[in-house]
Amino acid sequence: MKTLHYIFTLLILSTVFIGCSSDDTEVLPDALEDLNKLYEFSEADHDIEIYSEKEKLQVGFNEIYIRFKKDDAYLSDVKPTWMPVMNMENMKHSAPHTKLNNTENPEIYKGNIVFQMPENETETWELILTYNLDGEHRENTYQISVKSASNDLKKVQVFQGKDGEKYVLAYVNPKNPKVATNDFQAALYKMESMMSFQPVKDFNIEVDPRMPGMDNHSSPNNKALTYNSATKLYEGKLSLTMTGYWRINLKMLNSEGNVIKGENVTKENPESSLYFELEF
Amino acid sequence: MKTIKPVFSFKEILTGCFCYVFLACIFTPQLKAQEKPADSLDFVKLNEVVLISANKKLNHNKQQKPLSSLDEFLESSQNINMVKRGAYAWEPNMNNMSSERLVVTIDGMQIFGACTDKMDPITSYVDVSNLAEASVESGQKGNAFGNTIGGSIDLKLDKSNFRPTGWTSAIESSFETNNNLRVFGGEANYSNDQFYFNFDAIYRKANNYKAGDNKEVNYSQFEKYNFSLNTGYKLSNNQSLNATLIYDRANDVGYPALSMDVSLARAVIASLSYNQDTLGAVFSNWESKVYYNDIKHVMDDTKRPDVAMHMDMPGWSETFGFYSKANLNKTNQKFLFKVDGFYNKSLAEMTMYPNDSEQPAMFMLTWPDVRTANLGIYGEDFIYFNTASLKLSTRLAYHSNTVADNFGLNSLKIFYPEMEKTNTRLLKSFSATYLKRFSDLSFSGGLSYGERAPSVSEGYGFYLFNSFDNHDYIGNPNLNTERSAEANLTVTYRKPAYEITAEAKYFHIYNYIIGMPEPSLSTMTMGADGVKVYTNLDYARLFNTSISGKYNLSKSFNVNGSIAYHRGLDDEDEDLPLISPVTYKAGLSFTNNKTTASIALKGAATQTNYNPNYGETKTEDYAIVSAGFGHRFLINNNDLYLKAGVENIFDTYYSTYNDWNNIPRMGRNFHLTISYNLN
Repeated sequence: MKTLHYIFTLLILSTVFIGCSSDDTEVLPDALEDLNKLYEFSEADHDIEIYSEKEKLQVGFNEIYIRFKKDDAYLSDVKPTWMPVMNMENMKHSAPHTKLNNTENPEIYKGNIVFQMPENETETWELILTYNLDGEHRENTYQISVKSASNDLKKVQVFQGKDGEKYVLAYVNPKNPKVATNDFQAALYKMESMMSFQPVKDFNIEVDPRMPGMDNHSSPNNKALTYNSATKLYEGKLSLTMTGYWRINLKMLNSEGNVIKGENVTKENPESSLYFELEF
Repeated sequence: MKTIKPVFSFKEILTGCFCYVFLACIFTPQLKAQEKPADSLDFVKLNEVVLISANKKLNHNKQQKPLSSLDEFLESSQNINMVKRGAYAWEPNMNNMSSERLVVTIDGMQIFGACTDKMDPITSYVDVSNLAEASVESGQKGNAFGNTIGGSIDLKLDKSNFRPTGWTSAIESSFETNNNLRVFGGEANYSNDQFYFNFDAIYRKANNYKAGDNKEVNYSQFEKYNFSLNTGYKLSNNQSLNATLIYDRANDVGYPALSMDVSLARAVIASLSYNQDTLGAVFSNWESKVYYNDIKHVMDDTKRPDVAMHMDMPGWSETFGFYSKANLNKTNQKFLFKVDGFYNKSLAEMTMYPNDSEQPAMFMLTWPDVRTANLGIYGEDFIYFNTASLKLSTRLAYHSNTVADNFGLNSLKIFYPEMEKTNTRLLKSFSATYLKRFSDLSFSGGLSYGERAPSVSEGYGFYLFNSFDNHDYIGNPNLNTERSAEANLTVTYRKPAYEITAEAKYFHIYNYIIGMPEPSLSTMTMGADGVKVYTNLDYARLFNTSISGKYNLSKSFNVNGSIAYHRGLDDEDEDLPLISPVTYKAGLSFTNNKTTASIALKGAATQTNYNPNYGETKTEDYAIVSAGFGHRFLINNNDLYLKAGVENIFDTYYSTYNDWNNIPRMGRNFHLTISYNLN
């Protein structure tokens, strides 16, 4: 018994030592390592890199990382702002977006944009970036490409509510849905003008996931989406009992409990007009 | 507080009593004054043994159909009823309890089916070719083999066990007209006092069978083969090693009562045991065994027309186990001590392919890789008195279930957000049986208590569709241990010319596990009526009683008969499902050295106690008659047996209470068996 103890102690100690020694030589992982570099815009004296978790910008909610590079160094005090703009044939409009903020790594800025529509042959998106470089105000406009969501699944809803206001509701999480009770997140904006979208904070969005291919099979223990001021997103629970195609039926109520958009799913009414789609 | 109502109405008790008196009267006039001193208890049956093929030469005479399936052998048992979902792989029920409340073992080895829909009871993975007998113990008397509520069935393999028989071999074949069943079997054995081996092979193939009135039952075909090898080697005078290997495979098995068939049911069963005649100064018959079995089961819907959605449903079950047991014999006491354990992995998955091929396949784990570990100790003491005996037995087991697959755990957490990955419990069992003999009359009475853990399906099943009540079932990891208090009484009156046995058993089962509708849940299976979740009822009560008699008309002729009554009620006095109506059997048989002949009647009364809430419909009464004839020829000192018979002579169209979805049973069937033994 005693020898066993020694052997164990030795084993544990050796792993600790090995662990420590390898720590010393390890380099800090690049915070953008797992992301895809979508663009590298080159200006005369600096470059701008745009990263995303996705391989391309898509209709719906996009988390976007931006890094400014000059003389082989990354800059941390450029105070960037941005403005996405859709150039339609007879009008222009923007897309709901957050501010660009520093991440834990001050050289990386992060923000989110909800693209409501994909580009097409005649209508394209551009991104206007403003920032400070060496105390100098810069503004550049870049052409960006926004594609449809994968398999054309509904990931964003643009609609006029029963209160007459226009809203944009975008699916955020789970990015990789599981057969489980998933943490469900969505972003909700009110469209105040073609160029201005404001987050909506006190609504309640009921969740009813269904599988239309399975006689509208549903799942238990879903939780309505409510606003979380820390994440600035609507959060709830989404139970998915199997893989496959799911239609997440939603019903949005304002703070008074009045329905703004969406219907209950019943035998007679198999789907709500407000919904997201999932496949996994 | 609920008021406690009497379990069985006065009328029912009266009916029961009446049956006893009635049958007693039939037999009483034939009393003969041929009393023998009654100084032994040997005729008191503590358990029931269904002989299958031990000492085939003797036994083939007695069997109606020597190569009939194991299921048919078991059905002939007094205590067992078989639930049928088709012509193959029937599920044994004892005391109106099925798989999860029984412990079914092969030579003491724990094996668990790999099908979430109970399409592969353990009994489907062996064949009569390699079995000697099935030892049937009712209720807690079966606790030697594991934790049980309803009882145990141990299928004992046929082994030569160092008998000095030398080389023997046999070929057998059988044919049945109804479903064109063809059976071919063969065996080769060698045994001396140092070494033995037994090799058996059997192949069965059947087409669809026809119910009464020549109505074909589609998807009732099957094909199966089974190989088994048993071998033993004596290490010394009192030490031996024994090994067993069984390979069983069924293909293309139809299940007319279900919406899916089976393309593969495969089992590999292996064991190695070490036997020693003595252990230390006090113990004897020390036997230790390690075993392993691996089962794969694949359901198949590709042969069915109009499938709403094609799906794959494979399942796997793997079990490692051991036991070690020894006897301790004292002057008037016989002890048995046993330590046993097993570790089972049960995994089953379902993939559904949507009709819209653009959409991804739908996948779920229906058994989330549940690891069951059970470690038990068992002790038994047989105490002999002058004209009485007392058998005490007890089992204490540690039982744990762990959901090993995270995908499966997360799936179940949809329903049970707080559930733990692992669930452990202690299972206790105690049984006392007292036997007393007064001259020709003997009594046996028992009181016992036992516990069982929920089965994998009950605890962790995920949308398991039950076609019987047309509901999806969700397991419940928070189920309480099911506990049974049991009382039984058997009275036997025996004279050389006849014997009457009356028996009654009562089970009061606390925390009775059963699926209850949960209206808030949405069905998964298309067309299902709802979702049920396994729940503990406060209690349920099961009562059964039977009376059976045998009368020897002459040395060669004898008649026998039995009648049984069953009742099962839940905690609101509603009928439990799958409880037998009154059943009866009667037979006349002739046996001499070379020839056997028999005619048998079996039937059931109309099922009056049934419960539509559990998907049951009323089953009408029926009675069928069968007859058989056998003869033994000696050719050059080798034996040739011929056995022929006809079942359901009048081609009655019928189904019984435990035929899944009331599928009809087989109509008229002629059968012929030929067996040639080289001695």
